[in-house]
Amino acid sequence: MSADDVIRSSVGDIPVPAIWPVAKILRMPLGECRVAIVTTAGLKPSGGVELWQPTDASFTVLPASARDVQLSHFSPNFDRTGIIQDLNVVYPADRLNELAAAGVIGSVNERHVSFMGAQFDATFSTIIHDTGPEAAQLLLDDGVDVVLLTPI
Amino acid sequence: MSVLAHVLERAGLATVGISIVRQQAVNAKPPRMLHCDFPLGRPLGRPNDVELQTDVITAAFALLARTDVPVLADYPLAIEDESDTPAACPLPPRHDPDVPAAVDEARGLRRAYDRSVATYGRTAVGRIADADGIPGLIETMIRIEGGESLDDVGWDAAALHSAGQDIRAYYEEAGLGLADVTGARRLESWLYQTTAVGALLRSTQRVLKAAGVDRNTWYYLLPRTQPR
Repeated sequence: MSADDVIRSSVGDIPVPAIWPVAKILRMPLGECRVAIVTTAGLKPSGGVELWQPTDASFTVLPASARDVQLSHFSPNFDRTGIIQDLNVVYPADRLNELAAAGVIGSVNERHVSFMGAQFDATFSTIIHDTGPEAAQLLLDDGVDVVLLTPI
Repeated sequence: MSVLAHVLERAGLATVGISIVRQQAVNAKPPRMLHCDFPLGRPLGRPNDVELQTDVITAAFALLARTDVPVLADYPLAIEDESDTPAACPLPPRHDPDVPAAVDEARGLRRAYDRSVATYGRTAVGRIADADGIPGLIETMIRIEGGESLDDVGWDAAALHSAGQDIRAYYEEAGLGLADVTGARRLESWLYQTTAVGALLRSTQRVLKAAGVDRNTWYYLLPRTQPR
């Protein structure tokens, strides 16, 4: 069993909180949609590379033009060399810009959002009731239609 | 991330996510998820593979048209370059016999680290020290391995974790400056299994555990899949 298989088997069945699912049905062409990234990689703006502490369910706002964002995730249990070689393996900001230029998506929002996944305390209550809705409102206020979620 | 998808959808945003732990997506049932059987840490695929990354995103966006949610689709390509086999990176010869081997080794890797920063334009070193401070972090780690407590050296658990991650980042990035390594985790295994600093970190973790220090303090000093 590979290292990744070991990690996947240990986190795959982390308890999930009861959530009544609601799905937003997109009723406009993707080519007219504004898109933002929401990542759980624990990214911070330049100068904020200090470790993202476990149980910290807050989020950071990343300017869409910034490429000097820093990985601050506390967990050591994933490869960290890919993101050094190419930020887009986790945070595909360049790829979204290219898709906007090609007309596949309408536009890229001027800011993206990062949380940190793999929290010690898996109650998720802060994300469900506080920081998650705050991040959503921030993106709605920007006119975002679609969110691309990326893990690490 | 799956929980976050539900929260954003409830607020009125259409979401699609990349999954790298399939069972989590199965259990949490976010509305639209594309599972990619790629190495952890690389959810969009291979570094600098623009064509693949674009195809992954395009496949994810295609799920936005689905109304039969929740939908969990599988990307048709798997990447299996993750390996527990250490990368073949040459270590610097012993230079200064008057300093501990781990410190000497770290100093000897500095030019390789600088090459990596020049090539890739980024570094993850800097949580608690910059590259100049790495030998000092290693010296502090040697004191802990020697039996001094975290209080003795002026660190708390967060400082220990940060130091461990800074040292890891310095070595992995030096490894990128030494060899053309593209597979996931190979530099991680090179650090922890073949270097003097890797042996120091493993030993430090054992010392903290044996001293009865709280598990959350020492557990995250190493990836859990590396030899202890």
